[in-house]
Parts: sequence; C-alpha cells; structure tokens
Amino acid sequence: MTAARQSLTALSMMLALIVTSCNLALAQKAYDTGASDTEIRIGNIMPYSGPASAYGVIGKTEAAYFRMINASGGIRGRKITFISYDDAYSPPKTVEQARKLVESDDVLLVFNSLGTATNVAIRKYMNEKQVPQLFVASGASKWNDPKDYPWTMGWQPSYQDEARVYAKYIMKHNPDAKIAVLYQNDDFGKDYLKGLKEAFGDKAAMIVAEEAYETSEPTIDNHIVKLKAAGADTFISITTPKFAAQAIKKAAEIAWTPMQILTNVSASVGGVMQPAGYENSQGILSAAYLKDGADPQWDKDPGMQKFIAFLKKDYPEGNRLDGATAFGYAAAQTLVKVLELCGDDLTRANVMKQAANLKGFVPDTLLPGITINTSPTDFAPIKQLRLMRFKGEKWELFGDIISSSLSN
Amino acid sequence: MSAAAEEVVTEAPAVEAVPKRAMTLGYGTSLVVLAALVIIPLLVKNFIIFQMTMLLIYGLAVLALNILTGGSGQFSLGQSAFYAVGAYTSAILMEHVGMNYALTLPIAGVICFGFGFLFGQPALRLSGVYLALATFALATAMPQLLKLGYFEHWTGGVQGLVVTKPDAPFGLPMSQDMWLYYFTLAITIAIYVASVNLLRSRSGRAFMAIRDNEIAASAMGVDVALYKTLAFGVSAGITGVAGGLGAIAVQFVAPDGYTIQLAISLFLGMVVGGVGWLPGSIVGSAFIIFVPNIAEGISKGLSGAVFGVLLFLVIFLVPHGARQVAIVAQQLAAKLKKN
Repeated sequence: MTAARQSLTALSMMLALIVTSCNLALAQKAYDTGASDTEIRIGNIMPYSGPASAYGVIGKTEAAYFRMINASGGIRGRKITFISYDDAYSPPKTVEQARKLVESDDVLLVFNSLGTATNVAIRKYMNEKQVPQLFVASGASKWNDPKDYPWTMGWQPSYQDEARVYAKYIMKHNPDAKIAVLYQNDDFGKDYLKGLKEAFGDKAAMIVAEEAYETSEPTIDNHIVKLKAAGADTFISITTPKFAAQAIKKAAEIAWTPMQILTNVSASVGGVMQPAGYENSQGILSAAYLKDGADPQWDKDPGMQKFIAFLKKDYPEGNRLDGATAFGYAAAQTLVKVLELCGDDLTRANVMKQAANLKGFVPDTLLPGITINTSPTDFAPIKQLRLMRFKGEKWELFGDIISSSLSN
Repeated sequence: MSAAAEEVVTEAPAVEAVPKRAMTLGYGTSLVVLAALVIIPLLVKNFIIFQMTMLLIYGLAVLALNILTGGSGQFSLGQSAFYAVGAYTSAILMEHVGMNYALTLPIAGVICFGFGFLFGQPALRLSGVYLALATFALATAMPQLLKLGYFEHWTGGVQGLVVTKPDAPFGLPMSQDMWLYYFTLAITIAIYVASVNLLRSRSGRAFMAIRDNEIAASAMGVDVALYKTLAFGVSAGITGVAGGLGAIAVQFVAPDGYTIQLAISLFLGMVVGGVGWLPGSIVGSAFIIFVPNIAEGISKGLSGAVFGVLLFLVIFLVPHGARQVAIVAQQLAAKLKKN
C-alpha cells in the first residue's frame, strides 16, 4: 500500500516536472507596464468622499479581497498592488486620477471604477492609451461596445437589461396592463426608463403615466397620488431606497394596490421594506443577481460561507448586510479569475482577450444559476437575473433565470 | 461734510482694503515664476503637465473671483455656474458645430460676460451675505439646468459630452498635453496682465473705491451700479474662458463636474491665496488641486476630515493666505540685505 503510494507520488512528481519544463519552454513570459515576475499593479477609482460615498465600500472590499489573495501566495506567485483613488464622483477629478494611475503609477489596468459620468469621462482616454478599463461599476448599457471601445468592459447587468426582464414578465402575465412609472430624474432613472420603453417596443402605450422626481424633493407623495389617478394597475418604481420606501408607504395609505415592481437598486430588506412596513410590501416584485447577505436561506450555501469566512478573517469591518460588499467581492473575484487565465502573458491585450473569454464563471456571491459569460463581441459579463417576490420578511426567488436578451 | 453723514458710512467693509500696488508681484519675481512655468513642463511626465494645466485653469478661475471679491468687494459662491457655462459653450461649439477649439474660448468668455453682467443686474441690489446666497442659488441650479430635457440634444443631458483633444498645430514636435499647457499658459499670462492693468486703470480704481466705501465712491462720481455689474461681467467672462479650457483639457463635460463643490473650492482657493492678491490665485489653485490628494494619501476614510484640518491650520496660521507668506518672505529678504 505504502509502496504503491510512494511510486505514485514519484510518478506524479516526474509528470509535474515534465509539465513545468514544457511550460517553461513553451510559454514565453510577456509583460506590459504594471506587471512583472513579482507584481501586478491594478488601479481603481472610487467615490470615497462626496455624494456617492456609500459606494466606497466596494473599493474597500476589493482591497481586502486582494490582500487575502496576496496572503495566500498571490496569482501564480505575483502579488497584487491595488491602488485606489478618490474622485469624489466628479468627472474632472476622475480624469486626473485615471491619468495618475496610468502615467504615474504605471498600472496594468484600471478595474471597477465607479459611476457612469465618471467612466464616460475617461473612456476615450483609456482606449487611446489602450489600457483596459475593466469591469466598470455602472449599470449603464454603453460599456458593452467592443467595436468602438475595445478596451472598456462592464460587469453588472445594465439597468436596461433589468428593465427588459420586467417588461417581459408583464407582457407575459398581464398583456393588458396599464403601467405607471415613477423614476428618478438622473442618469440612472433615464437609462432605466429608456430600457423599459425599448423592451415594450410597439406596446410602449401600455405605459399610461410617467412621473419624474428629483432627489432634492422631501417627499414624493404627490407623484404617487397622480399615478393612482391615472388608473394604472401596474406600478414600476425606478427609485433609490429612501424614495422607494416612501412610494410603498404612500400607495398603501391611499389604498392603491397595483402590481408593484421595484428596481433591484432598492430591493433591500433593511433599507426599504422594513421602513415601508412589511404589511405594505407583500407581493412586490423585483429581480436580483447577487445573494442577499441578510437572507438566511443562503446560510448553508458554500459560496456564501466562503464570503462570510472572508468577512470574518480578512475584512472584519465589512458589513455583510450591505449589498455593495457582496458586489465588490464578486467583482474582485472575477478580476482574479481573468488574471489567472492570463497565465504568464500579462500584457494589456491578453488581459482584454481573457476577459472576453469567460465561460460559465460563477463568483461566490452570485445567485445560483447566474453565470458570467463574455465573448469578443459580448462585453456584458452578467446578463441574467432572477425574479423574486417579497413574502413575509424576505425575498423569495421564483421562476427560472431570465436572460435579458430581446429575442427570447 | 456734516457729522451725521459721516456716521452713515462707518459700517466696516466686508473685504479688507488692499492697496493696488500690493496686488501684484515685482518684475524680478514675476520673471522667475514665468521662467519656472515655461521650463518645468520640458522636464516632467505628461501626467504632471496635465496637472500643471489644471493648475493654470483653476488659477484663472480663482483670479476671476479675486477680481470680483478682492477688487470690487462682492462675494460670489456661483462661480461654478459661469465655469459650467464656459465649459459647455466650448464643448458644444467644438463637438456640434465643429469649430476650432481656440475660437470657442473668446465666445465662451463673451457669453459668460453677458451672463454675469445680466446676473449682476438684480444681484447688485444685494450685498454681503445676501449676494453670496443669491449666487449660491445659481450654483445649485446649474447642474439641474444642464440636465434639462430641452437642452439634451446639445448638452448630452446627464451623460455629458466628450470633447476631442487638439493636436499641436504646424506639426510642432510636442505632445497634446504639452501643447495644451503652453496654449493655456499663453492665455493665462494674457489674462493676468490684462487683469493687473484693469485694476490699475480708472475702472479698477472705481472697483476699489466701491469695495472700500460705496457711498464715498458714489459721492466721487463713480456709477456704482454700472461698475458692480461690470465687475461681475469681467469675473464671469474670465471664469468662462477657464471653463472652456477646462473642458478641452479634461476632454469631457458633465453636470456632475460643476456642482456647488467647485464653487466652494474656488472660493477656498481665493482665501488661501490671499483675497485681493492676484498672484495668490495660482497658490490657491495649487491648494485646491493638491491638498485633497495629500489628505487622501494620509487617510482614505477620513480624507474630508484631514482636508478640513489642513484648511483650518492654514486659516489659523496665515489668515491672509499666501500674500501673508510672501510679505513675510519679502521682509526677511530686506533684513538680510541690510545686514
């Protein structure tokens, strides 16, 4: 028994030796600025200060994730140096920071920089410099444009994708619906509304009322009253958490009981459903692609357990209930996957090539069944969502994974 | 003059009187600074050149505010609005009309001058904090106006407009960044010299008379209303040119870039540089560009607090900003000469 095992070990060692020597002979190491035998330099830009500073959690989570990777030996022996700068959500500052990262800090790529306008501001520059602007943290649909911007790639499902998922659901289950839409008057709300109208196509007349609100408004009660008066039986709420909760509460107050659809942005139990009142929130529909850290149904899930272990050991200040933590974790994991796929060819071109060649990759915090797929003509890594319905005090997933492509 | 009339005008001026000679640098110092600004870009990376370009651009915007506040004694927290109008004017003319970038700047300046002059009409009925509040309203309104659906075809709405960066003309062998820097430097010097001359001219004396005492100024025959609005117009015009240059340097305009935050930064820059001291504008501009970076380097989570502490230290130790430092340095130099 022991002899057999010994010879087996010897054999496998020999095999390993042969394989490594072949590798050494075959695979030429290739590096661009920002990569070497010992280091991979990754840039990142986050709004740590300013109006969107709540999203800064994403950058902090990613930094913690890369620390964990480094502590366990790095990527093929290379340590990640993660350089994250604050742009306060202001586009001119983003340009300055991106140029600093590329020209002064010599990063291999800029990863998961946050915001729509901020990323538009640097997209042209990044593509001229041919530095990957990888896994942009924004729900705009414009990051999926490999023909014009081959160095820019998104990550999360776009707002338009999500809007299509709801449109499909409504057209299937209630083709005669009269829809009322409440949306936030900014890039988020408008992009979403556009996706919704595109998805309805020639049936856009189903939308009988549209109301826009400004984030500076103290309350949106009057908009809800108007939407009810329009006689709608379906209510789509494209709102951020505070206003989402107000809308649910007001609708219940004036005894308006349409089928309610709530954007994923506000599908937070603690931030929206609880303040709006559980009794008012029953039956509301939404869609998700990330596991909710507050949801006990994932407690036994192996991916979630890895995530919780990471929070415990490497990122104790991280908040499990904050969706941004799960987001940063999954995005960082995707980048590590891409870097692993690159092998010893750490050139910018190969990074983009490997990023556009992800097949069925599943980060730990993505919902079961949702996978990351890209191709040279498809720069939208996550395109799937699952519908969920609010029941009791939590979201219940139902139905199949819905792909957002317009065709099916 | 009766005693009663004199009592009416005893209200303390909001802005400390700065004699006009103290508003500029001596020739020697000017030449040294100029030489540094010309030579440094030849020795550094493109990224540093870009930062220096932004330094000049914000310097211009601070200078514009300095003319308004240091020169004519009026406050404005609305400079970001003029900056935005200038930036959008340049961006729209370049991208939709296809105009040469250099030609868009005077147009941006003229439009902002008009805008500032018109805004000055109602504003001149207000003074001190009330004027500051009125301009504050302008600054908060501007990003939302830029998002309005009516203008979306031109402004690109919330998504903003991407601007093409110009190449160096006549096949000059320099990078886009370096060309833009020298282009900006030339404009900055021209505007600086013009501003100094403006403050030394009849109009400048009128501005300062209004700053020091409005009633006395009108008694001397200064048309207070006209000169106050004129100061607003000139200040807005220069800010507009700075905004246009900013749009070209950053290659992008979006409403989020021109929030009240920018107006406050410019105001900060003016105070740190020394109110009424024109060369201080560059120092103030350096403060608002580099100190947030330093603060972030010290602590990412508390960058705002660190910035606050640094600002507090500056205001506490040198309340008159860079001007005070310069004066002390001058006195020291004079002492050394005597010994």
